[in-house]
Amino acid sequence: MIVEGILQNKTGFHIRPAQLFMEKANEFKANVTVRNEDGMEADGKSILGLMTMGFEFGSKIIIETNGDDEEKAGNALLELVNSKFGEE
Amino acid sequence: MAEIRLSGIGVSEGIRIGKVVRYDHSLHNPQFGDVAAADVAKEIKRFAVAKEKCSQQIEQLIEQAQQTVGAEKANVIKAQKSFLVDPTFCPEMEKLISKRLFSAEKAVDQIVKKVVAIFENMPNEYMRERAADVRDIGNRLLAALNGVTGINLGEIREEVILIADDLAPTDTVQLNKKYVLAFATQKGGKTSHTAIFSKTLGIPAVIGIGEGIAQIQDGETIIVDGTSGICIVNPDAETIRSYSQKMVIEAKAESVLEAYASLEAVTQDGYRVEIGANIGTTTDALYARDQGAEGIGLLRTELIYMSEDSLPDEEMQFKVYRDIVQVMGDKPVIIRTLDIGGDKELSYLQIPKEMNPFLGYRAIRLCLDQKPLFVTQLRAILRSSAYGKIKVMFPMISCLEEWRVARGIVEEVKEQLRAEGSSFDEGIEVGIMVEVPSVAILAKQFAKEVDFFSIGTNDLVQYTLAVDRMNEKIDYLYDHFNPAIISLLQNIVNAAHAEGKFVGMCGGMAGDSKAVPLLLALGLDELSMSATAIRKVKYTISQIELEKCRYLLEDVLQLSTAHDIRLKMESFCSENGI
Repeated sequence: MIVEGILQNKTGFHIRPAQLFMEKANEFKANVTVRNEDGMEADGKSILGLMTMGFEFGSKIIIETNGDDEEKAGNALLELVNSKFGEE
Repeated sequence: MAEIRLSGIGVSEGIRIGKVVRYDHSLHNPQFGDVAAADVAKEIKRFAVAKEKCSQQIEQLIEQAQQTVGAEKANVIKAQKSFLVDPTFCPEMEKLISKRLFSAEKAVDQIVKKVVAIFENMPNEYMRERAADVRDIGNRLLAALNGVTGINLGEIREEVILIADDLAPTDTVQLNKKYVLAFATQKGGKTSHTAIFSKTLGIPAVIGIGEGIAQIQDGETIIVDGTSGICIVNPDAETIRSYSQKMVIEAKAESVLEAYASLEAVTQDGYRVEIGANIGTTTDALYARDQGAEGIGLLRTELIYMSEDSLPDEEMQFKVYRDIVQVMGDKPVIIRTLDIGGDKELSYLQIPKEMNPFLGYRAIRLCLDQKPLFVTQLRAILRSSAYGKIKVMFPMISCLEEWRVARGIVEEVKEQLRAEGSSFDEGIEVGIMVEVPSVAILAKQFAKEVDFFSIGTNDLVQYTLAVDRMNEKIDYLYDHFNPAIISLLQNIVNAAHAEGKFVGMCGGMAGDSKAVPLLLALGLDELSMSATAIRKVKYTISQIELEKCRYLLEDVLQLSTAHDIRLKMESFCSENGI
C-alpha cells in the first residue's frame, strides 16, 4: 500500500515526530519504506533514517507498506502525519 | 599572564567567576584495529555487553532528565535511546565486525562518522545540530567498550566552571547547579538542546566559543558571562572587580524578583489584582505555587486526555483534579472543560479532517455533541470540588444557547451526584472563556447568566483580526495591542462589572508585562499566566500607580493603530522603570 501525506509541522521532521513515526511503524509487521519527492528513501522503522530524510514543513511524505497488515500500517502512519504528530 | 577574551553565544543568562575544569569527550587510547576471524564471536559479545551498559546508563539519564528538566525535554534523550535500537546503527556495526573483522571500536567509529556526516550536511540548522546527539551515543559506546566511564559529571563536588568541546543533553542533565557554576563549550548553536537545558536548569552558559577554547587550561580562573556571551580567561584584577560588581547587581535584580513571588500584586496606590497561573498538570501546579500563583486561572484538561491512549475515566480524572486542588490549598482553581478538536486531536476520538479546524467541531461543540464524555468530565470535576475551591469553565462558547445547554448538563450531573450521595460544592461557580468575538460583543447578555468570565486573548485576537496565529507569514498582524482588541476588552470588563461578575484573563496578554498597566486600568479582577511570568508581573504592578494607568488608558483609547499603542505602552513602561 502506498499513501502520501504532507508534513504540517512548522519545525519539520524533528526528533519527536521521527520518534513517534518510528514507534508507530514498529507496531506493525509490515515493512515500511518512506520516500521524499526526490526519490530518497529510508526505513520507516529507523529514527535515524527518518531524521536524515530532510523533511520540512510542507514536504510530501510517501509511505509504502508491505506485508500482512500493510493497510492498517499505512493508514495509521498517514493519520499520524495528518495529526501533525499531536503538535499545535 | 594576560587575560584572553573569547566570544560565543550566551544561551543562559548570568555571570559566574570560577576555576576551570576541562571535560574532554575524546578517548585517549582507542584501539581502532581489526580482530582475528576466530575472535569475531567474542567481539560481537563484547559489543553487545557495551550496548546493554550504554542503554542502561541512558535509561537512568532519562529518568533524571524527567525530574530536572521535565518530560518534554527528556524526549531528546529518549530519542538517543532509540538510536541504539535503530536498524541502521548497531546492526550495521555488527555487520562490520562479523563481515569485515573490524574491532568493535573501529565499527562504532565508522558508523558514527557516517551518520554524523549525513546530519552535518543537512540544510536545516536544527538537524545539523543533531549530529552532536549521534556523536554522544558513539562516545558512550566507545567508553563502555573500553570500560571507561570518564568523569562522572554528576559527581562533581567542588565549585567549578566546566569547559568542554561540546556537552550533550545527557551530559548537561547531570550537572548540579550548586557545583557547576557555569559552563562554556567550543561547539553548539542557539537551538542546541544543551542551550535549552542549561536555561531550564538555570546554569549560565556560553556555547560555540570555537578554537579559542584551546587556550583555556585546567585550574585557571575564568569569567563566564552568559548574558553577553563572553568568556574571559585569566582576568586581571580590574576585570574581576568590574565583573564582581555586575554579579552583585544581577543577584540583586534576581533577588528583587524572587521576593515578589511571595508578595501580593499591589500597585503603589494600593490597588490589588489577583495573579493566577495557567497549568496542565500536578507538577505544573507545584511549580506555579512556588512562583507565587494565588490561584489557577486556567487548568487545561486536554493534557490529561492527550497523555492517554483512550478516554481517561472518571476516577483517573478525579484523582488529577483532586491532587491539583489540594496542592493549591484554599486558592481557587478554574478547570476548563475539554478543549480538543480541530488542530488538537485525540487519536482515539476519530474526528474527521476539516478545512477550517479553528472554526470547526471543537471544544464545547464537541462536548455537547458527545455528551457521555462531557458528563464523565463534569462528574470528576464536581466530585473534586469537595476538596477545595473549584470553578468550572467552558471553552469556545459562541452563543447563549450553547452556554445554557452546557449549564443545564452541570445541573443534571449535580442531581446525579446528590442521588448517589457523593459530596461536591453545591455553590460551585460556572463560567465561560470569552474568546469568540460574538461573546465579547454580547458580553452584556452573557454577564447576566454566567458566574464569571475569563478572557482567552490568544483565540480572541486570532478570531477578531482573522489572523491564524500559527502562520508565520502574517504574524505581524497578530497583536493584542490592536485597538479593536482593547475596545472589546473594555466592553467585556464593563459588562461583567455592571452585573457584579468576576472577570479574569488567561491568555498570553495577561503575562505580557508591557500590557499589564493597561489591563489594570481596564479593571480585570485576575490575571492568569504561565508560572514563569508571575514574578515579573507582580514586580511590574508594584512599580505603578493605578491612577497613572487610568490616564494611560484614556490616551490609548484615542490611538488608532496597534503600532501606536505598542509605542505608547513601551514609553510608559520605561518611564516607570519596568
